[in-house]
Amino acid sequence: MLVGEIKTIKELYGLDLIAPGHRACAGCGALIAVRQILMASKRPLIVVSATSCLEVTSTPYPQTMWKTPWVHLLFENAATAASGIEAALKVLSRKYNRQEHYIIAFGGDGGTFDIGIQALSGALERGHRFIYVCYDNEAYMNTGIQRSGATPLGAATTTSPVGTKIVGKTQQKKDLMEIVVAHRIPYAATASPSHWKDLVNKVRKAQSYDGPSFIHVIAPCTRGWYFDTSETIKVARLAVETRYWPLYEVENGRYRITHPVPNPKPLEEFLKVQRRLSHLLLPENAEILESLKAYVNERWERLQKLSACFA
Amino acid sequence: MASVKTTTLPGGIINRPGSTIDYKTGTWRVKRPVVNLDKCIGCLICWIYCPEPAIIKRDDGKIDFDYDYCKGCGICSLECPTKAIRIVEE
Repeated sequence: MLVGEIKTIKELYGLDLIAPGHRACAGCGALIAVRQILMASKRPLIVVSATSCLEVTSTPYPQTMWKTPWVHLLFENAATAASGIEAALKVLSRKYNRQEHYIIAFGGDGGTFDIGIQALSGALERGHRFIYVCYDNEAYMNTGIQRSGATPLGAATTTSPVGTKIVGKTQQKKDLMEIVVAHRIPYAATASPSHWKDLVNKVRKAQSYDGPSFIHVIAPCTRGWYFDTSETIKVARLAVETRYWPLYEVENGRYRITHPVPNPKPLEEFLKVQRRLSHLLLPENAEILESLKAYVNERWERLQKLSACFA
Repeated sequence: MASVKTTTLPGGIINRPGSTIDYKTGTWRVKRPVVNLDKCIGCLICWIYCPEPAIIKRDDGKIDFDYDYCKGCGICSLECPTKAIRIVEE
């Protein structure tokens, strides 16, 4: 069993590191995920944030929602800055016996999948002790819902609209976890704010390693996925229960599915609650739906085989 | 050696943590959550899913809302296991 495993919500009460009054939309999935991650994190903590919805909504100058040291950088270099902070603090703690700090870098899917991937790759390769969290809302929501490398097949965005020539995005989602795992880092995991216990314990586990770790968390977006503000957690849960978002971890190369879904709900249930994807249920788009289903099933089967290898 | 003059650009540093509390996002709300304290079991599931956070634990373990900041998204009402929270028009 993990040392310091969190078992009840009451253990987390009072550990909030964000203040209310931030300007995120009502029902923002990213803020729920970030809030849970910060509550679970060990202290003292330094947060680095790439340009994203999170940065824009959390610090409307001259105010800030963060109750912990926080630095904002360009779109592409959150991982670089986090590694610089880690290296500097390592020297200070060696010279002056200072207390060790924990560092978390946040990036959206645009800042991780597309723009920040080379900085992330470099930081993982150099082996700095920090957590990189990618909160994935599957498009550039901050600038107005443009497609990104994380957008799933068939999803409608403003740059991949549904029309007569194309029906949403024509490419599959990039498998970022595999890119990260290929760096042979100590810990990488996917998570969902709907499964908060799984998420907070993955943060604790990531911080127990002396090296880089990566957490890929789904962050449903009410504006960009087009669902009611009250359904954020419901959508995140459906993503897990339909196997669209498998919850797994890769610990020193050993795969493990942390939330097995023996009886998955049909993928249609996840699609029909969001207007960006509900057009896939129309009979003329059956081919795209089959392709998306095949992608989801293949990934799940692959994960199952990999976790069986290390069981 | 000439001394290096450093200048700080205006802006860029915010030295009061959590200062967004000055801004009351409750004015955005069009619907308001109301808790039925007879049904509330104090499980805090609404609190862990609140994006603000705008839910406070009372001394008796049950919950209350901070209407200064609640944006009225309704996640708490949907996720409450005992259906103790209902959403009413402002």
